[in-house]
Amino acid sequence: MNNYLWLIPLLPLAGFIINGLGRNALPKNVIGALGSLVILVAFGLSVSAFLQVQASGPINVKLFNWITVGTFNIPFAFLIDQLSAIMLLIITGVGFLIHLYSIGYMHDDAGFGKFFAYLNLFVFFMLLLVLGSNYVVMFIGWEGVGLCSYLLIGFWFTNGDYADAAKKAFVMNRIGDLGFLIAIFLMVHYFNSVNYADIFPKVPGLHGAKVSHLLTMITMLLFVGATGKSAQIPLFTWLPDAMAGPTPVSALIHAATMVTAGIYMIARSHVMFDLAPFTTNIIAIIGLATAVFAALIALTQTDIKKVLAYSTVSQLGYMFLGLGVGAYTGSFFHVITHAFFKALLFLGAGSVIHAVSGEQDMRKMGGLYKKLPITFWTMLLGTIAISGIPPFSGFFSKDEILAHTYQYSPIMYFIGVITAMFTSFYMFRMLFLTFFGKFRGTHEQEHHLHESPASMTIPLIVLAILSVVGGLLNVPAILGGHEWLAHWLAPLFGAVKEAHETTGGISEMGLMGISVGAAVLALIYAYSKYIKKAHVPVADTEERPLLAALSYHKFYIDELYDFIIRKPLDALSVFFYKVVDKMGIDGLVNGLGSGTVETSKGLRLLQTGNVGFYIFMMVIGIIAVLFYSLKF
Amino acid sequence: MGNNITQTIQTVPLNHYILLSAIIFSIGVVGVLIRRNAIVVFMSVELMLNAVNLLLTAFSVYKGDASGQVFVFFVMALAAAEVAVGLAIIVMIYRNTHSTDINVLSRLKW
Repeated sequence: MNNYLWLIPLLPLAGFIINGLGRNALPKNVIGALGSLVILVAFGLSVSAFLQVQASGPINVKLFNWITVGTFNIPFAFLIDQLSAIMLLIITGVGFLIHLYSIGYMHDDAGFGKFFAYLNLFVFFMLLLVLGSNYVVMFIGWEGVGLCSYLLIGFWFTNGDYADAAKKAFVMNRIGDLGFLIAIFLMVHYFNSVNYADIFPKVPGLHGAKVSHLLTMITMLLFVGATGKSAQIPLFTWLPDAMAGPTPVSALIHAATMVTAGIYMIARSHVMFDLAPFTTNIIAIIGLATAVFAALIALTQTDIKKVLAYSTVSQLGYMFLGLGVGAYTGSFFHVITHAFFKALLFLGAGSVIHAVSGEQDMRKMGGLYKKLPITFWTMLLGTIAISGIPPFSGFFSKDEILAHTYQYSPIMYFIGVITAMFTSFYMFRMLFLTFFGKFRGTHEQEHHLHESPASMTIPLIVLAILSVVGGLLNVPAILGGHEWLAHWLAPLFGAVKEAHETTGGISEMGLMGISVGAAVLALIYAYSKYIKKAHVPVADTEERPLLAALSYHKFYIDELYDFIIRKPLDALSVFFYKVVDKMGIDGLVNGLGSGTVETSKGLRLLQTGNVGFYIFMMVIGIIAVLFYSLKF
Repeated sequence: MGNNITQTIQTVPLNHYILLSAIIFSIGVVGVLIRRNAIVVFMSVELMLNAVNLLLTAFSVYKGDASGQVFVFFVMALAAAEVAVGLAIIVMIYRNTHSTDINVLSRLKW
């Protein structure tokens, strides 16, 4: 009865093959329709899978035995449980909307067919990642989405900077992947299995100091993998650069799905993380640090996509904070709502960029709300959602994470609230700079301004609705909700933790009040600065105050990495090239060659042509041989 | 009669034969080394060969073993063949260079 479930990942793969082979032969509307349709059908199947899980619990689909060595076996099998069912819905649902949007957005691009082929391939790998019932299948998907991310960031590869951004993303992801891979090796070594179903039941039964070291090691390595894929400190710098890709790619891969793979992986392995308190501490700290740091950078960015990129890094930091403090449900809830509103914001930004003829600098936008009403209203909803203002979705998910954080550590909570304030500020700053005031671009651009076609606005509207109501998935009990998501995920994450019962200090309502108040304050400040005073960020050439300059230049993190990693590495490479390779190895080989030549040149002179001399040498030789044989 | 020759040969001690052979051989070697006329060099080579022949015969007699003398015949046949070829070469060289000086042909190098 579950036979059709393998179709879910297979359909996008088929779409990739057909679109990939026929990218130049098929007409554009066929490619677009096919690419979107396979995702839509996969979405339908995902809904049906979701209903099955709801009715009868997790589904295991074993396709075939992939690798068998002695008693060790890696099956190619899928597991659809509460967690992966929701991921399926997000990937195929949001994925479909973004495919639809891409038909309009990429319409005039020469690489239209290639783009849809890559997108379908990405969806295939992403589905494989969440469907796999063991770490190796997950790893295939993990690597596959990294590849697609690389291909799509470098989609306009004729621009050298874009190609470099793609390489940067790929290399940084590889660093994380290595950690993941070593973690898999360790699991194979100690558990003799990579299946979730084999490993997780064994974990709680383990005891002893050595085992806790082992779990700490495995979880830390998994977390290293997650920092690469989900752009956390120290491997986050690739994500802002990844905005070089087409905007739908930023929305799908670098906001809604791929970057949440790290959160999915940790949530999936939470049994191990629960028993490794050291690692969860680190995760909470790194997550919070990333959230603050990225938010600080986002405050002064002028590129509309860069703002969203740093905002994504910051929101991912929140999710990791949630994982670190044990709020798995809250964290996953934020994954869902973030997929809605961040995809919406990216697509909205894409719509804006589309309207102003490819301009991404907010200093050259402004006053667009009359010309782009649908984009404006949907983006406004998305901005309110991400800022955490009730009753929009971001409020519920962010608040849940923050409430758990408060229990974990009040100091971290307050830093989290300040970050939420920053979030609200930079998001409204973006909105005000883009849509209010006077248009600051050229006349030609102004003349060209237009609302996007229906294929682009429909996804915006659908995502806006989801961003508004998405929070209803998990309304906390205190606000009269049923915490549906927490109950749904309870088979995985254990009974619903009544995290909201605060242990002394501030009550839950108080916490909500603080975070909402902070967000509204930031909103008012942004309003007064960018609408009342019509402030526009200064040009690159002008001086900025110290802190603003630090933030604008991303705290010189790229330069720092350049200085502490790339430069020494380059120097080492030059050393190996010039000294070891050129002088050592080449020297040895060339030395042998020229040594032979030089010796021969000398020996050649013995051939005088004088027969007497030859005979003389021959006699001497014979005498020498005779002496030798007589002596020994 | 044959017995007679053997006894006659044996009246001279073996040491003397060895000494004589060594002297003749050395003369041959020195001749090869220092003479420049190809024909004389050739003759010196013959001297060396014959020194060896003499020695072989002497040993053969003293040991009462005929195989040494068989060897001598082989060496003689070989020397004859060698002389035939060698002289032919020398004649050709003389025709080309009007000289039998071995140092004239010093361009056969490198």
